[in-house]
Amino acid sequence: MSKSMSLIASVASGVALAGLVAAAPAAAKVEGDTIILGSAISLTGKYATNGIHAKNGYELAIKRVNEMGGVKIGGKSYKLKATYYDDESTPARGAQLAERLIKQDGVQYMLGPYSSGMTKAIAPVSEKYKIPMVEAEGASRSLFTQGYKYLFAVLSTSEQYLASTITLAAEWAKKNGRKPQDLKIALVFENDPFSQDVRAGVLDDMKKYGMKAVIDDKMPRDLADISATLTKVKALKVDMLIASGHSKGAATAARQIKEMKVSVPIIAMTHCEAAKVIKKFGDSTNGFLCPTQWAETMSYEDKYFGTAGDYDKLFKATYEGYKNVPYQAAQASAAVLVWKEAFEKANSLDKDKVRDAISSIEMNTFYGDIKFSPAGNNIAKPMALRQIQNGKLNVVSPAKWAVSSFQPRK
Amino acid sequence: MIDNINLLILAPYLNIQLLLDGLFIGAIFVLAAYGLALVWGVMNVKNLAQGDFVIMGGYIAWQVGVWGINPLFGLPVAIVFMFGFGWAIYYLVIRYVIERDLFTSLLATFGLALVISQVLNLLFGPEVQIVDSGFAVRSIPILGGEITVSEIKFLSFLMAAALAAAVVLFMKNSRMGQAIRATAQDARAAKVMGIDTERVYAFTFALNAAICGAAGVLIAMIWNIQPFYGMTHSIRSFVIVTAAGFGNIPGVIMAGLGLGVAEQFSGFVLGAEFQQATVVGLLVLVLIWRQIQSSRHRQAVI
Repeated sequence: MSKSMSLIASVASGVALAGLVAAAPAAAKVEGDTIILGSAISLTGKYATNGIHAKNGYELAIKRVNEMGGVKIGGKSYKLKATYYDDESTPARGAQLAERLIKQDGVQYMLGPYSSGMTKAIAPVSEKYKIPMVEAEGASRSLFTQGYKYLFAVLSTSEQYLASTITLAAEWAKKNGRKPQDLKIALVFENDPFSQDVRAGVLDDMKKYGMKAVIDDKMPRDLADISATLTKVKALKVDMLIASGHSKGAATAARQIKEMKVSVPIIAMTHCEAAKVIKKFGDSTNGFLCPTQWAETMSYEDKYFGTAGDYDKLFKATYEGYKNVPYQAAQASAAVLVWKEAFEKANSLDKDKVRDAISSIEMNTFYGDIKFSPAGNNIAKPMALRQIQNGKLNVVSPAKWAVSSFQPRK
Repeated sequence: MIDNINLLILAPYLNIQLLLDGLFIGAIFVLAAYGLALVWGVMNVKNLAQGDFVIMGGYIAWQVGVWGINPLFGLPVAIVFMFGFGWAIYYLVIRYVIERDLFTSLLATFGLALVISQVLNLLFGPEVQIVDSGFAVRSIPILGGEITVSEIKFLSFLMAAALAAAVVLFMKNSRMGQAIRATAQDARAAKVMGIDTERVYAFTFALNAAICGAAGVLIAMIWNIQPFYGMTHSIRSFVIVTAAGFGNIPGVIMAGLGLGVAEQFSGFVLGAEFQQATVVGLLVLVLIWRQIQSSRHRQAVI
């Protein structure tokens, strides 16, 4: 009897001890002279390619900030460090890990995950605990209509991605003696929040010119086939084809445009670089218009990385296997720079003071100017548009950075 | 929608384009579905990792392409490799679930699917990959228009047909094929007759993996692959087999081709977003029709 009692007691105390260990606030927001940033990011699963780009961007900026003496708060110098968890590209897991970062690991400063969908899952969590999050990879417009107070994004929102292509098309029509509203435009967008946002932006701009879409299809999410839609595009002799559906959408569209010999004068799509369409489909991609958040040829500059071109060189020297530096990495680096400047501006580690500092920040970075609207999105940086010309991506819009002019496809 | 139908009537060559695209892609679906029907019928195992076998085949083609060899040569490589892989998986996993209930085999193969896709992800990365066979695209003038047929699609169609024919002949004429059919009819009786059913099961599962691998090579050359696309192909195989009914090889072929064509036409007329909805909708109709048929049948028996 007493034996079994003592056994029960020891088991119970063991359980209680284990509970205590688990409940104890583990690593806090600051360890010694190190500020801990936290991020749930996709290191495996379907977003892993871009998740890893983003992580590399975070790490490069953290390294650079630390090399330059770290973050100075109240006369003391702090180093930056980030804790990452792999969210496996699933939103539910992302939200779970955000809870864990905040509640168990005591993280008070968050970096964003990759993709709008993941950000949508994580933002409510950081908002609930009033933890500021600077994100660099969630562009969906709908993230900034929820009244979030602790969410800040350094990138341009999704409805701006392809909107400027409409202006280009309208100018092209006028040059050829046609009315913009007579252009036949085909839209193929994947049925997900990001792509539908891009579509909404395009539709808004089309309305300005009185244009109507002759085809408005939604790309199937699971299957790599839009040949039926492209058959329609050919049959209707469309003037402009706009497509968006992440890397898979770009790869599918580029492959089938080549295979079905679709000769539309203007083709615009997102994720050209991410899907590596030039490398995969060669000459057939000449003339594609691809939006970008950032390009290394732009004349932005800051004291951390120098010019956009310098960042490009440093990134390639640091990480192997990059022919082009994806903008996903550049904007991730910019998010870290926002944290650095915000800490110094607030001159405090208090998360609410830092949050206020972020919201009023105005800075120039190698990635572009950053200034947040009350909704949290960056309103100081425009999207740029590049065109594939002879296998190279040249900026064609806005005019300030254009290194080449738009040419219709042959 | 009406506009699109009008378009099909005004420009009849479009029908041919859609029909061909549908048949080409449908033929490849038939392969994976046939393998599924085989395993389902012979071993009563519903293999949820079917699509992941397909994607494995795709990556073999991709790897062969990376080595600088035309990915078409990936076809024999995939068949041999996947046959061995299937054999190994049978002895590692499937053997233990074959006698168990439906739920166990579904869980086991679902677990297998997860493991395969994650391993592919670790080996090849999550990027969407394409395999370029280097074949040209032909434009063919027909019915007052011009259709495009990529040679690789046509070649894939022929290869899928040849493979399917080879498998059917094998099942009919070879000793092993006969043993497989005998086991499918009555495993115990087959055992009594001296057939090593364990070996038959292993062979069947390996054969299925090899067929899937071949399908994967063809898929990679005309669509694209990614470690996590397997489930789509599994579902499609299930749809085809369910629509066709087991043990019905002509049915599997008709259903596979029919679904391929139906998808293209619905994509054209209703828009791409209805492409898959149509497939599932057709399945529901087939099942309702079956239900009516079998209820009549049952009444007659009583």
